[in-house]
Amino acid sequence: MSSTTFWYITRASGIVTLILLTVTMVLGLITTSRSRARGWPGFAQQELHRRISMLSMVFLAIHVVTSVLDTYVHIGWLAIVVPFASPYGRFWVALGAVALDLMVAVFVSSILRSHMKPGTWRGIHWLAYGCWPIALAHTFGLGTDSGEHWVIALGALCVLFVGIALLWRLFATARQFSPRPPVDAHIPPSNRLVSTPVGRGIPRDR
Amino acid sequence: MTISLGNERSWQRALASSLERSGLAGRGGGGFPASIKLALASAHGSGGTVVVNGMEGEPASDKDKVLLTQAPHLVLDGAQFLAAMCRSSQIVVCIPVGRDGVAASVNHAISERLRHRHSMVDEMIARPPDRFIAGEESALVNWIDNGQALPVFRPDKGTPLRIGRRPALVHNTETLAHVALIARHGADRFLARGMVDDPGTCLVTISGAVNQPGVVEVDRGTPLWEIAMCSSPLNSPQALLAGGYGGAWVAPKHFSTPYASQQLRAIGATAGVGVIVALGPSACGIAETARITRYLAQQSAGQCGPCVFGLPAIADDMARLAHGRVDPGLPARLQRRLNEVSGRGACRHPDGAIGLVRSCLQVFAQDVAAHTRGEPCVHARKPTTMRFPRPITL
Amino acid sequence: MTMRITIDPVSCDAFGYCAEILPEVITLDEWGYPIVDQRPLPPRLLELAKRAVRDCPRRAISLVRDSRAL
Repeated sequence: MSSTTFWYITRASGIVTLILLTVTMVLGLITTSRSRARGWPGFAQQELHRRISMLSMVFLAIHVVTSVLDTYVHIGWLAIVVPFASPYGRFWVALGAVALDLMVAVFVSSILRSHMKPGTWRGIHWLAYGCWPIALAHTFGLGTDSGEHWVIALGALCVLFVGIALLWRLFATARQFSPRPPVDAHIPPSNRLVSTPVGRGIPRDR
Repeated sequence: MTISLGNERSWQRALASSLERSGLAGRGGGGFPASIKLALASAHGSGGTVVVNGMEGEPASDKDKVLLTQAPHLVLDGAQFLAAMCRSSQIVVCIPVGRDGVAASVNHAISERLRHRHSMVDEMIARPPDRFIAGEESALVNWIDNGQALPVFRPDKGTPLRIGRRPALVHNTETLAHVALIARHGADRFLARGMVDDPGTCLVTISGAVNQPGVVEVDRGTPLWEIAMCSSPLNSPQALLAGGYGGAWVAPKHFSTPYASQQLRAIGATAGVGVIVALGPSACGIAETARITRYLAQQSAGQCGPCVFGLPAIADDMARLAHGRVDPGLPARLQRRLNEVSGRGACRHPDGAIGLVRSCLQVFAQDVAAHTRGEPCVHARKPTTMRFPRPITL
Repeated sequence: MTMRITIDPVSCDAFGYCAEILPEVITLDEWGYPIVDQRPLPPRLLELAKRAVRDCPRRAISLVRDSRAL
């Protein structure tokens, strides 16, 4: 394959990855306990979110491999995962590497989910919130096509959809159906166990 | 501490076999055999903790407070025996925040024991939050381990509770007092009292429409009415509440039922914690049950949907029933919820409330019918005769 | 060896996916929380049950060996 072919594939797969990531984000945001799209069972929303995220990983792989194989500019295999290891377009490629690292972390944590505490999995999954804007910045900072009107329009649409989904998730979801333990059920560790010293009276209460 | 050895070579084995022979069951409401609990904790390593459950979240119960203020050494001795037998490295006495008198008494006893080098294992006091659910066994261990007084879902009761990686053995104060007495006097003295399938004695707190409320020690299997007589009931009670707020009402025709697990289960009640509350003739059983249900709903740990939403919904319907403002769908709705909510929490808190409501509908059936017709009794509006930590409005 | 569905009520957040995948065994109460039919799980539903386990966003549902006497 010629360098130009790789270049076209890199750009195309990059755009597709961004679109798929956006769809993944939107689906993740609107998949809450109470949300149901009309006619769609909830588990289907969930499965769609998972499968599209996997598809985005596939296109991401194509994107990074072709970008390295394209010898017109030198990026190097290391730069895929290590930020600032690329001589070309250092900062924007670094952003891409960061976004990829986050995506891989989320992906791996989901595969190994049954082997970790639920809190750990959720914490890692929250990295996804950082992943998408970084990927967006990478696209427009580095992308050769980022001046094209249709690409700008596409980016704006991505931001719009994620923005709406985020607002919906923050303000519209019914929080009243989530059980919450009472506030006084938690007492910080330092005040819990108190040894009884002789003659000094009862330990100080919390 | 003296121990009767019997035929055994080591005192640990002597005590283990005494406990097993005695058939001592937990006195904190669960009724689980103490010897099995001990075997489970011992089998999972040493260096664990014995937790003395002095929480007594049940508002109608005073026995643990009484034991810890009047006989703290007996309870601590019992804990020491169990700690030695499962090779624990510490004993933690849990007394809720706010009960400083009880804590002071235990603290004084521990200081005495330190002075006389009486104890083999370190004893310390901890002060969990004063909530009903904090006294639940797994919630108490969870609080000591992680600071969260919330029950833990335990589908497999075969694995012990843990603090860190070490096993935790939790026992009610009264159970530990019995352990100390069995150690000192042997199982025979324990077995000489009570019934064959529910042996020994137990402490019962009597309150409500009585002249002399208080805590008495009775043989297991003593008829309910005989226990109530110890406190001189004011008039003929309409009903007796047995087992605590998560227990059940007992109608006058069953007042001669022995206070023992099997016999109470047979009439749709439960032994629960040693509690008897007498409902006087000028009180409304439905209103009191509604108040208790509201209290129990407020005391939910807030973790499990069926409890968090089911108990308040049931409490709402009971309040409507008490006020005589019953919509046509209420009876069926209430029954459905009672069936659906039971058994679906991480702990047995909702089950206790549901058992109480079911017994109310049965024992006060005539009143229920009148209230449903829109004719509530005059007593429903009266102030409560039950004890609550904070006022409960219907 | 029959399997049984167990739901951890503390983790469960009433997403309801399990009831969508396995309506023969799981129904939802009025607040959206699952009620599991306590009868032994029919072997033909085992694959769907495994799917329900995988799809639960809170990993609240699990399959355990049914240790109750048959």
